[in-house]
This record gives sequence, C-alpha cells and structure tokens, in this order.
Amino acid sequence: MSEVTIHIEDREGGMHTVQAPTDMNMNIMELCKASELDVEGTCGGMAMCASCHCYVLSEHELSAMSEDEEDMLDQAFFVEENSRLGCQLKINQNFEGLKIKLAPQSA
Amino acid sequence: MIQTDIIIIGAGPVGLFTVFEAGLLKLRCHLIDSLPQAGGQCSEIYPKKPIYDIPGFPSILAGDLIDNLMQQIAPFKPGFTLGERAEQIEKDAEDFFIVTTNKGTKHRAKNIAIAGGLGCFEPRKPPIENITDFEDKGVEYIIKDPEFYRDKKVVISGGGDSALDWSIFLTDVASEVSLVHRREGFRGALDSVEKVMDLAKEKKINLITNAEVVGLTGQGTLEGVTIKHKTQGEMQKPTNHFVPLFGLSPKLGPIADWNLNITKNAIEVDTFDYSTNIEGIYAVGDINTYKGKLKLILCGFHEATLMVQSAFKRIYPDKNLVLKYTTVNGVNGFE
Repeated sequence: MSEVTIHIEDREGGMHTVQAPTDMNMNIMELCKASELDVEGTCGGMAMCASCHCYVLSEHELSAMSEDEEDMLDQAFFVEENSRLGCQLKINQNFEGLKIKLAPQSA
Repeated sequence: MIQTDIIIIGAGPVGLFTVFEAGLLKLRCHLIDSLPQAGGQCSEIYPKKPIYDIPGFPSILAGDLIDNLMQQIAPFKPGFTLGERAEQIEKDAEDFFIVTTNKGTKHRAKNIAIAGGLGCFEPRKPPIENITDFEDKGVEYIIKDPEFYRDKKVVISGGGDSALDWSIFLTDVASEVSLVHRREGFRGALDSVEKVMDLAKEKKINLITNAEVVGLTGQGTLEGVTIKHKTQGEMQKPTNHFVPLFGLSPKLGPIADWNLNITKNAIEVDTFDYSTNIEGIYAVGDINTYKGKLKLILCGFHEATLMVQSAFKRIYPDKNLVLKYTTVNGVNGFE
C-alpha cells in the first residue's frame, strides 16, 4: 500500500499531518472526516454543498476544477483564488507534501 | 389538531418508507418537513443523480426513488405538513406528544419518528458582519412575493438559478435590479444566463461581476450595500433591499433543543428499536448515530422497519405482532 503525507490546518490554526493511502480512491474530504477533523461532507462528495471547502496552500499541480465544482464554489463564502472542494481532490502520488487549510464554516 | 399514530419529522426517503412499514402494521403516519416538497436531500440537492446501492435497483435517480416511494406509501394515505419546520415537542395530560411547527400547526401522536437527515434546510447566509441586524428590515433570503419589490431598488447576489431567475423576473417589477456575482461566468440554466446578459446589455439589469457584497448600511432599515470589486475596490450602492440567494444548507435547528442525547449533530439511539433517550421518540436515517452507524439510505430503511415494531407496542401493549409477508398478504391500504 502506498501512502502520501498531507498537512491540514484546521479552523483554529492547529496543524495535522496525516498519512493518506493513494490506492483507496479517497478524496480530501474523506481524509478529513477519517482524521476526525470538523468537516461535514454533507452531500457525500458530489460537489453540492461546499462543506469541505478548503484552501490549497502548497504549490501542487492539482486536477483542474470541473464545472460542478466551480458552480458550487459560487454558492460558498470566503472563496479565494486557491479555494477548492476537498471532495473533488482525489488523493494520488502527486499529493505528497500537500498543504491545505480548512475554510471557515458559514452560518 | 392533526391526530395520527406516528408523527414523522422529515419527509426524506427514510421518513417516507417509515410510512410503508408502519402501514403494514396498520399504523397511520403524518410527515412534517421544512421543505415545500417531499424527498429531502434527494429532491432538494441531487434529484438527477443516480444512486447505485438501493437493493434491487442497479441504478435509480434520486428523484425517481422519491417518486417510487410516494407511490409505494400512497395506499397508507399519509398526511403531510410541508414547508413548515417542527419547532416544539410537548406532552399532554394523556401522555401524547404534541408537535408544533413554526407556523403554529399542531400534531398529536403517541410516537414521534425523527427522520431529519442532516436537519432543516435553511438559506445560506453570507458572512456579512451585521446581516442579522437587517433581516426583514431590507435583507430577505427568500423572495416570497415579488410584488413586495414593486418600484423599489433591489440588489440580488448569487450565481445560481434562483439569483438569475429572480433578477430576470424583477426587471418588470422593481425600479432597479442589480445582480452581484463573484465571478464572470454563471452556473444555472443556459437560457437564463443568456437572458440576464441580454437584459444587462439593455441596461435593465445592473450586472456587477467579479464582486461581492461585503457590507450593509442603514439606520434601523437597510439603506445601502457595500460592494467589493476584485480589482476596482469598494463602492457604495444605495438600496432598500438586499436579497442574497446562495441556496440552502442543512442545520440541526430546533432538534438540538428537544433534550435528546446528541453527539456530533446526530441523535444517539438504541439499535434494538432506534429509540432515543426519550420514550416514544425514535430517530432513524442520517440523523441518528450508534456504534457502527453508516449514513446510507438502505440502512435507514432497515432502521425504520424495526422502529415501527416498537412504536406499535407502545400503542397496543397487549397485542402480539406477527410478521406478515407482503407476498402472502399483499398491501392492504387504508380506506
């Protein structure tokens, strides 16, 4: 089983370094939930709720945003240039050392 | 007062299937849901998405699953209180629960099944510091009656269908319509997007893209909004109405105040019968939690099936229940 190391900053500024398997078709939202971080993943990963909104802090080349993801981010708040939906980031070998930060929860 | 055997709070797939299983035991049900239609998330968030793990259906659209469930429960004539949020639970002198909605509708039953999914769907509120100060004083999250905006200036924000459709509609009603959107492109139906672009060219919609509403001003009631443009900085726009349309998101809401044991936004239940810490109140589907819980529709169906057995015993403590197969007895609906 191969793994990559991912760094996640929670909403309080706490840093979490977690090992993520690359062969389980896992995404960042699922990784956060599995790591007991406060990510709801309301829609289950369909890019339909933005509860897994996060910022990509490192310079990794990630998959391009789909129309669905872009559309959902339109309905999210605190959106920045580096905003992504965690559920749309499927973990693979290129994620080694990835650093993300959870976006604030909206009311 | 609406009288029934089981008040089901939440009309999603699990709430709907509860009606069927209760009906087989000759128990009547009444459903309450804050959304204006049955189906919960399946109808509200992903009606066109296929679901692959409903037993017997290699693939079924979420919306079709709801249609099928509605058909399946029709013989048991469930009642519906839709577009109202279950707000309060009390007990009367005869040990019956009274559930009152935010609109004052009262329901009475011996049992309550909470099938609330992730909670009530409520409008997403933009993170503007003083937005709650202006709610119903110029800030409206839902357009109830467009006539309300007759000859008034309105600022709408959002990029989805409802923002586009209302902007188009209000051009014939309001004296000025501004639509503020975070980026240049729009989601939503293509013809609505085109229509908005055309109306913007004709100067009937004041289209402000790459911008967000970041502040609200006014003495008591709304007098203006602050719009922050990505490159051009902030500008003030006088308006008496700001309508942020950013869709709905689920909130646990009043469920949190019903003295139920709650862990991580879910209600703790006993897996024997999915009962909560309050006798007569059950929780099924995504809203409950227990060791090994999986938030799957199919697990909710199973939970509902076991739960109604216990609800039956509470109503008829002296009757024995015999499991009857639908293949043998068919489905005998209510008159």
